[in-house]
Amino acid sequence: MLASLKGMWVTLANAFKKPVTAQYPKEHLPVQTRYMGFPVLTWDYDVQEPFCTGCMVCVRNCPTSCMSAQMMDNPLFKDGKSKRRKIIESFEINFGRCILCGICVDVCNFDAIEMSHQHELSVVVRNGNRADLPRLLEMGKAYQAEVEWTPKTKEEAKQEATA
Amino acid sequence: MAIDKQLDTLEVMLNMGPQHPATHGVFRMVLSIDGERIVDVEPHIGYLHRGSEKLCEHEQYSQIITLFDRLDYIANFNNELVVCMAAEKLMGTEVPERAQYIRTILCELNRIASHMLFYGTFALDAGAMTPSMYAFRERERIQQIFEATSGARMMHNYFRIGGVKQDVPEDFSQRVAASLGPIKETIEEADNLVTFNEIFLARSRDVGTIDGKTAVALGLTGPNLRASGVDYDVRRVQPYLVYDRLDFNVPLGDRGDCWDRFWLRIREMDESVKIVEQCLAQMETGPIMAPMRRISRPPKGEVYVHAENPRGDLGVYLVSNGGDRPYRLKIRPPSFCNLMSLKHMMRDAYVADAIMVLGSIDIVLGEVDR
Ligand code: SF4
Ligand code: SF4
Repeated sequence: MLASLKGMWVTLANAFKKPVTAQYPKEHLPVQTRYMGFPVLTWDYDVQEPFCTGCMVCVRNCPTSCMSAQMMDNPLFKDGKSKRRKIIESFEINFGRCILCGICVDVCNFDAIEMSHQHELSVVVRNGNRADLPRLLEMGKAYQAEVEWTPKTKEEAKQEATA
Repeated sequence: MAIDKQLDTLEVMLNMGPQHPATHGVFRMVLSIDGERIVDVEPHIGYLHRGSEKLCEHEQYSQIITLFDRLDYIANFNNELVVCMAAEKLMGTEVPERAQYIRTILCELNRIASHMLFYGTFALDAGAMTPSMYAFRERERIQQIFEATSGARMMHNYFRIGGVKQDVPEDFSQRVAASLGPIKETIEEADNLVTFNEIFLARSRDVGTIDGKTAVALGLTGPNLRASGVDYDVRRVQPYLVYDRLDFNVPLGDRGDCWDRFWLRIREMDESVKIVEQCLAQMETGPIMAPMRRISRPPKGEVYVHAENPRGDLGVYLVSNGGDRPYRLKIRPPSFCNLMSLKHMMRDAYVADAIMVLGSIDIVLGEVDR
């Protein structure tokens, strides 16, 4: 008798606890600040062009070879509006193959790529996970607005290099 | 009419898996049974083989860490640690103090998370639904800390050769300290709910026993070995990181049965909590990364490094020819060696206990098949 009452008490005590689960597609738990979602390309609002110069460092360092990039001469550089001699022409990341490791962000010297908070992958078309340059920049702008992103200052970059 | 032919008993083959929910992955066992008793068991592995060792020969050291994340996907930090330590040993790198403490804390938290999962799934194997919910709740708490620290819940890619990727967030110590309280409560709850539960005792006492001598002969490591009473813990025998400065016990079982293996993991969580508390108290500010080149090129040579994972003794044998990729990398996965004891443990057990025995070894198929 006592034991079953004790058992009931445990049930009761737990029944009125706040649930720790979230009903996923309807409810989203907030992600942490450092959360690594899909990599996106950032946009330089000062010059109105991407940060990315198409240097291919990230492409070569990606463990799954899921990205490709092509560089071109920067038209804005000729006009003297930009300091970037080269600029990205086309860029593609296959999100279906990306393992969200963050190596591309680590190796990029231009703050041109960031791990966004975007992590929902499902699409209804085949190859819908291959993100091209406009889509990556679009996602990048959304991410920049979300976290009020600013490029690293010189000191921060130096600290990171020596840390 | 009298039957004049003599009736023979035949052994029956029973196939279990690979898509069996209780095999914790894609694992197949072929049981030979005589009535209700298991006569022999033949494990079939390889369904999750990804060729990690070969892949390592084609990837740079920084990329290998991502592969190690995916070996034992329940204890990712512990895996990353071993490959980092191997390269560091070869290069003679001195890892800064703070990085060592961060690593220790994360590894021990990962051990708790892994054992929590074991507690939940083992209770589930024994037929109890609720503990797995409690266990997942606690694991989630730790997982959140990992996400805040490394940016990923499971595939962290956070340890680097020479240190860690970035410093822990500012509120890291508070968050960890705050999560230890509920974890301790859950451990206590686990004891009340499951460990000393009469039904559970009846179900797991003297099931799947293995004695210390056989366990050593089979190459068992980790909690499975210690449950048989053999005092072997790499953290004690060959201290790495900062374990030589920490005060912790190595719990030992005596009978080497399923219950011992379960009880031992619960006690290990207690010890891990103690270790994390000590580390938090001792940790000081400082650099988190040794001065390193961007691309690691360990000098020519070979090295064997091992560490105590939640599942046992994970070893990495690394041969370098001076390039940016290993010449050969051999992984000694604890789960694979632990699985070898299956035959000994299951012999003469009941079919219903097969799942208990398999669950008590706590294998992760990602590591068995590599
Ligand atoms: S994202 Fe960075 S590393 Fe990759 S191509 Fe652009 S500038 Fe180079
Ligand atoms: S996160 Fe990793 S896998 Fe994904 S694109 Fe970057 S380097 Fe490649």
